[in-house]
Amino acid sequence: MPLIPLVTASEVAFWVCAPIAVVCALGLLLSRKPVHSAIWMAGVMVSLAVLYAANDAPFLFVIQIIVYTGAILMLFLFVVMLVGVDSTDSVVETIRGHRVSAILVAIGLGGLLILGVGQFAVNGAPAGLTEANAEHGGNIPSLAALLFSRYVFIFEATAALLITAAVGAMILAHGEQLTKKATQIESLQERVRAYAEDGVHPGPLPSSGVFARHNAISTPALLPDGTIAEKSVSKTLAMRGVIVDVNELRAPTTSAYAAIAGKTDEIEGDDE
Amino acid sequence: MNPEGYLVLSAILFAIGVAGFLLRRNAIIAFMSIELMLNATNLAFVAFANYHGNLDGLIAAFFVMVVAAAEVVVGLAIIVAVYRARRSASVDDANLMKF
Repeated sequence: MPLIPLVTASEVAFWVCAPIAVVCALGLLLSRKPVHSAIWMAGVMVSLAVLYAANDAPFLFVIQIIVYTGAILMLFLFVVMLVGVDSTDSVVETIRGHRVSAILVAIGLGGLLILGVGQFAVNGAPAGLTEANAEHGGNIPSLAALLFSRYVFIFEATAALLITAAVGAMILAHGEQLTKKATQIESLQERVRAYAEDGVHPGPLPSSGVFARHNAISTPALLPDGTIAEKSVSKTLAMRGVIVDVNELRAPTTSAYAAIAGKTDEIEGDDE
Repeated sequence: MNPEGYLVLSAILFAIGVAGFLLRRNAIIAFMSIELMLNATNLAFVAFANYHGNLDGLIAAFFVMVVAAAEVVVGLAIIVAVYRARRSASVDDANLMKF
């Protein structure tokens, strides 16, 4: 005999996930930065996925997580990174009374929908998908049987839709070259001109330093007088401050030479 | 359980999506609000499928997801193209065709 009567697992899932979904949706609405909105959106999608699972729809549960949370949301995050993470919304109203009327419209629509649900109240316990799922031996085979019989033309139409979308995205997102691309001859002439006018070295830049224990691109090459050749390391690395300290690089060699010199002195001292 | 709870949740999420679309001026967040609305309708589809005991609702939700994926790809490409041209993702700045 259960302590709390008539509470099924799907009800527990609903009362746990529904508040999470609503809170996450409000977070999506209210957070200033697009990145935060995307994270809230992930919360909504995952809790909806759990609700699908509670509704005997395991295929949609998996698809919701893979396609929505995995693919679509990652696409959103990519574009947020591309367009600028710190671009916050301006809070200035461009149309007078826009915000108030928008909130009124949203509340009105929500209230109307909820009232509509209450008005045409559905009676009785739900039929459940157990029978429909078992018809072809599982949720996915049953969905496939439906998809490839009654809905086969719509399914084929989605193929055309997806191809069109892929081509459209490639065309839209393809950047146009704003300036003419320099040919090899032009870049050569530019290099020689820079040498003639400003004395810029026309040859290739010096390679990074090769030491006994380091030869990464962050190790600077040394000039004959022991100073660093500035051009041997990338400017970006220098700005990040990841350039390896020369004294640190020299330390093993110096200590080795010192040890050798000491030994030599010792041996020579023995000879005497 | 009754589908009413799911339908009310779906209505609330849809209303929040509408509010987000009307209020936010960042094109990406407006787009996310559209996705929220699509998700809300999907929830209603799944709840009704469970109530009626047939799988057509799940198929409908599946097709909504396919169309949403295609729509997101094209929409985000448009946002990126507009951003390239105007250096802004705000829907207020794309007003060239404003009368």
